[in-house]
Amino acid sequence: MASSTHTLTIPSSTRFLEDVREFVSTHAATAGFDEMEVEKLKMAVDEACTNVIEHAYAGQSEQPVDIAIILNRDKLVIRIRDKGQTFNQQAYREPDLIKYAKTRKSGGFGVHIMRKLMDEVSYKTTGGYNECCMVKYRQ
Amino acid sequence: MSNFSVGFRSSGAVQILDLQGELDAHTAAELEAAIQKCQKDNRVHILVNGANLMYISSAGLGVFMAYIEEVRESGGDIKIAALQPKVFNVFDLLGFPMLFDIIETEEGAVAKFSAPTSD
Repeated sequence: MASSTHTLTIPSSTRFLEDVREFVSTHAATAGFDEMEVEKLKMAVDEACTNVIEHAYAGQSEQPVDIAIILNRDKLVIRIRDKGQTFNQQAYREPDLIKYAKTRKSGGFGVHIMRKLMDEVSYKTTGGYNECCMVKYRQ
Repeated sequence: MSNFSVGFRSSGAVQILDLQGELDAHTAAELEAAIQKCQKDNRVHILVNGANLMYISSAGLGVFMAYIEEVRESGGDIKIAALQPKVFNVFDLLGFPMLFDIIETEEGAVAKFSAPTSD
């Protein structure tokens, strides 16, 4: 199978997360991923976009979030780009559920979920934009 | 338009919240408002029925996390029942069964509220 790319750009508002999930579901299912894998892909992309909207753009709702799905013979790659604040990977710590509940903390699970659901998750900042790249290999 | 809603029902002292649709960073505020309403009305035996919950992201899970201690401190609990398998998998992924009472059926959850606790 030759590589194919599908793209979607949304404004940086959580209102559009539903559209993102629909976009991912459609292309992942068409590419032959089963229902369980589609659910995982959908959620990982939702979490990544939510982080961009809430942290990189910190409440500015009209900034672009570019999503690309690249389908290869052996894998599906999702690339999410933004021009907001860069995610500090060094400062990131895996969340502790019990501690979170004790402190009534409600957020901070997104990256943890993305790493659990995808085979690879990486971040880079280059050419004026941040890029989160997630990979799921075909089983 | 939001694709998420919360319905309110009662079973004795238990306040049942029927979740419907998709719970994400956009709709999580509606669940938060529902739990706050329960607290305001002093209805702290909260049973969340997830039979019609089609999707949950970490923003939705975060609402449960933010309120569980407070609700337990006031003598109540948030129990979660009737989740669809794909949604339960997400709760499980984060280790929620360790922290929350997740029960297969609504009836079972209601019964657990009235049963004496054994620690």
